Amino acid sequence: MANLAFHAPDTVKEATELLAANKGARPLAGGTDLIVQMQSGRMAPEAIVDIKRIASLGEIREEADHFAVGAAVACTALKDNKALVDEWPGVVEAANLIGSVQVRNRATMAGNLCNASPAADSVPALVAAGATAIVAGPSGEREVPVEQIPTGQGQTSLGDGEFVSEIRIPRQQKGGSDAYLRSIPRTEMDIAVVGAGASVTVDGSGTCTAARVAIGAAAPTVLLVEDAGKALVGSKLDDGAIAKMMEAVSAACKPIDDKRGTVAYRKTTAGVLAKRVVEIARQRAGEN
Amino acid sequence: MSRIHVTTTVNGDAREYLCSPNQTLLDALRDELGMTGSKEGCGSGDCGACTVVLDGEMVCSCLVLAGEAEGRRVDTIEGVAEGSDLHPVQQKFLENAALQCGFCTPGFIVASKALLEKNPNPTETEVRYWLAGNLCRCTGYDKIVRAVMDAAAELRQERTAA
Repeated sequence: MANLAFHAPDTVKEATELLAANKGARPLAGGTDLIVQMQSGRMAPEAIVDIKRIASLGEIREEADHFAVGAAVACTALKDNKALVDEWPGVVEAANLIGSVQVRNRATMAGNLCNASPAADSVPALVAAGATAIVAGPSGEREVPVEQIPTGQGQTSLGDGEFVSEIRIPRQQKGGSDAYLRSIPRTEMDIAVVGAGASVTVDGSGTCTAARVAIGAAAPTVLLVEDAGKALVGSKLDDGAIAKMMEAVSAACKPIDDKRGTVAYRKTTAGVLAKRVVEIARQRAGEN
Repeated sequence: MSRIHVTTTVNGDAREYLCSPNQTLLDALRDELGMTGSKEGCGSGDCGACTVVLDGEMVCSCLVLAGEAEGRRVDTIEGVAEGSDLHPVQQKFLENAALQCGFCTPGFIVASKALLEKNPNPTETEVRYWLAGNLCRCTGYDKIVRAVMDAAAELRQERTAA
């Protein structure tokens, strides 16, 4: 860190140039992971590119077909956007389970995604919501499903000079909603032992027309469990469909054994949490 | 390592310091500005002893780089009392014996004041959740929660009287 440089550019273009100019450069959003990793010596960046001075990245835009959440928007600020809270309560709740109020006043969903922890709370909710990430880089922007950003514990698919500048969440369908839950041994300030997010859309007859289920802390990355969603679509979300969905979730888990949970615990709990989030999402969808 | 020149506002006063790019705001407050009220407990955002208010939102100053404070507004524990007049949160911490060793106290007071500015009438549950990021190993939290509830009641009364 002998020659660490600190940059605070005003535009996305400048940020990508600064990142591209130095392979050891790291983007800084909320810093709640990066600064901890720098202090512990796990990460020794050669340059810091603070993206919080880029005005557009600090905003939530309500577009016709999506919400655009800038990469510098703090988790607590999500709660101030009424339309987002109404349409994606699970995403907003998931982002506001991370750390403490102090941490959430800084931490961002883009940072949570790019830190690439399998236990990142906002990520299963974003995956379930069908969110995408706008990746800014030296050759322009590309849009990627959020589940394709993390490739392993602490690893991402981002190339040289690239960073996630925005998270896009589709506008909610009529009859649709979402939820996220995690299992932790206490009520706050903890890391998910297992987490599950679901988005569910039901029509007027109560038939499920769309469903996405994602699980966290159950594999090296957050997983979209496509078979779990398929088990629900076309059903009335009856016990049989839910049981099939739970089986699909447990089967998709590839968890580790550690002090926070065993493989067996995580597999079982992932299914149970998935059942609960589908149920909450369905209730919320009925109110939409 | 090249030093960064930062101009910022601390407790309403214009302040300047030189910092290293990897120095935290907490270290700049303590080592460059001599404001040692904010404490370093963990240095990783877990304990809240370094809590300050940055542009109106409470944050762990150990998780902010000193260079980020350029042009921002920082409010610390040193700005809570007005001269020798304690803030009601401070007064209630004393009356309720809400501290023993005192190391966590600046963080708790800054965080409690921030809560009461957003929510003048919190429930006990809301107080406990809001303060989840502040750790105290002496009190067992009950006295702290009582102090915050008392301070909230007093501030509401002051507001009604005014």
